[in-house]
Amino acid sequence: MNQTKTQLIPGAVVIAVAFVSGFCIMTIEMLGARIMAPYFGGSQYVWGSIITIFMLALALGYLLGGRLSMRNPNPVTYAMFFIAAAVFSLPIILFADVIMQPIFLTIDDPRYGSLFASIAMYFVPTCILGMISPYSVRLLVKSHEHSGHMAGKLYFVSTIGSAAGTLGTSFYFVLYFDVNQILWGSIAALISTGCFILLFNYFLSNAASRSQAQNYG
Amino acid sequence: MDKKVHYLPLAKSIVLLTCLLLYFSVVEQTVAETIHQERSIYRDIMVVQNGYRRCLVFNVHRGDRNQTCVEVNDRDRLVFSYTRMSFAGLLLQPQPETILVAGLGGGSIPMTLNNLFPEAKIDVVEIDQAVVNVAKEYFFFEENDNMKVTVKDARVFVKRAALRGKKYDYIVLDAFGGDYIPEHLLTREFLGEVKTIMAVDGVLVANTFSTSRFYDHESVTYQDVFNEFFNFKLPTSGNRIIITQLSSLPPRGELVTRAQNAADRLKKYGVPLLEYPARLSTRVDWDMSRRVLTDQYSPANLLRDN
Repeated sequence: MNQTKTQLIPGAVVIAVAFVSGFCIMTIEMLGARIMAPYFGGSQYVWGSIITIFMLALALGYLLGGRLSMRNPNPVTYAMFFIAAAVFSLPIILFADVIMQPIFLTIDDPRYGSLFASIAMYFVPTCILGMISPYSVRLLVKSHEHSGHMAGKLYFVSTIGSAAGTLGTSFYFVLYFDVNQILWGSIAALISTGCFILLFNYFLSNAASRSQAQNYG
Repeated sequence: MDKKVHYLPLAKSIVLLTCLLLYFSVVEQTVAETIHQERSIYRDIMVVQNGYRRCLVFNVHRGDRNQTCVEVNDRDRLVFSYTRMSFAGLLLQPQPETILVAGLGGGSIPMTLNNLFPEAKIDVVEIDQAVVNVAKEYFFFEENDNMKVTVKDARVFVKRAALRGKKYDYIVLDAFGGDYIPEHLLTREFLGEVKTIMAVDGVLVANTFSTSRFYDHESVTYQDVFNEFFNFKLPTSGNRIIITQLSSLPPRGELVTRAQNAADRLKKYGVPLLEYPARLSTRVDWDMSRRVLTDQYSPANLLRDN
């Protein structure tokens, strides 16, 4: 039965949304240093903190996403990753000062200050975004033989997405938009992607049940 | 005819002598010896000595930029026009007791201030420990009871100083990264924080460049925070010094009087203070429609070349 459910979302869609998640991860990461500079400066260690926390959050996300993919993998849960990541990214826009101010006041050393600020702002949304990759692999893979090929294809596309997000943000977006506008853009992209998966799933399952009904009729 | 015969060898030898002199002066200028080189996490640092002139060079690979130079046989004299120009702030605040200098370089600005005002408390904030080491080793910079260096990002330093309620009479912003001033030290929010650590009669002196499109953004931002400022440019320098204070700017007559009072003290550093009042302008020569730089929008280093 799981088999039919996973087939409800075509591979091309999974690949396309993986691009979006890769893009958004790096857009948010690239803006991290800009957001933290007012409190912790523009030193090397601010980047160190951000990258460390992103890596740890992604690592945990991969683990959890892989776990979750073992229990009834379905497009609705998949869509929820995108929507949840968007929701948990909201504090970066709405409460950045509220989060960073007390950390700045209590931790004198800007290295640890920026590390804790990164945890507070980026850990949860990045972890959720990390869950997308292994879950995507599960949705894509239909046979053992293809699993490596599918995983390769997926990482290829999502990493290209990350490269595009990095370049787009650092070269161009910051030139035309406010930091928060770019973040709102990423959040909108994640939510739209989640909704797109839900809609796709809805229409496909309707179509499937109709054809099933026809078959029985 | 006779005369011609006599003058020709003389003319020849004069030409030859001039050529030789030119040759040697060129050779002397180009033979600069690198006496120290190191790579810090922020930049490549080079110390170059050319005759008596020793310079600190950052960003070695792309358009060598002398950060500070010192004449080793006349250490008091300020070599660069922009360094001398930064002392125009004394026309607004002639007797600072607390001073903050952001960006050490070779340390010529804080050292001169320390010489001029030995009793004043001077804080220097510099992000790069390597620069501090080089300034001490090669540029005669020394910390003392009244002059201390903190290795920190200037933004963080200013924010902490504001929390402690610290006030400065004289603030010099001279923090340059690889290319230009780091983006987070150019925004309205940063200048707002600087404002909170300025004493009532304190003065802010900021060293900037007078390059094209970015000049407008920077000017609009300073105007947004301080309403008005003295725009100080000299034809001999690519730098533009912004000088401002919390209260409204003094009239030119007052600047001239102060220049006359302080000119003698500054002579040995090579600062022609008397020439400065006429150059301090409040005329708007930038595009007012440009966007103010903020923490949200500060692509300064991308705008610079456009």
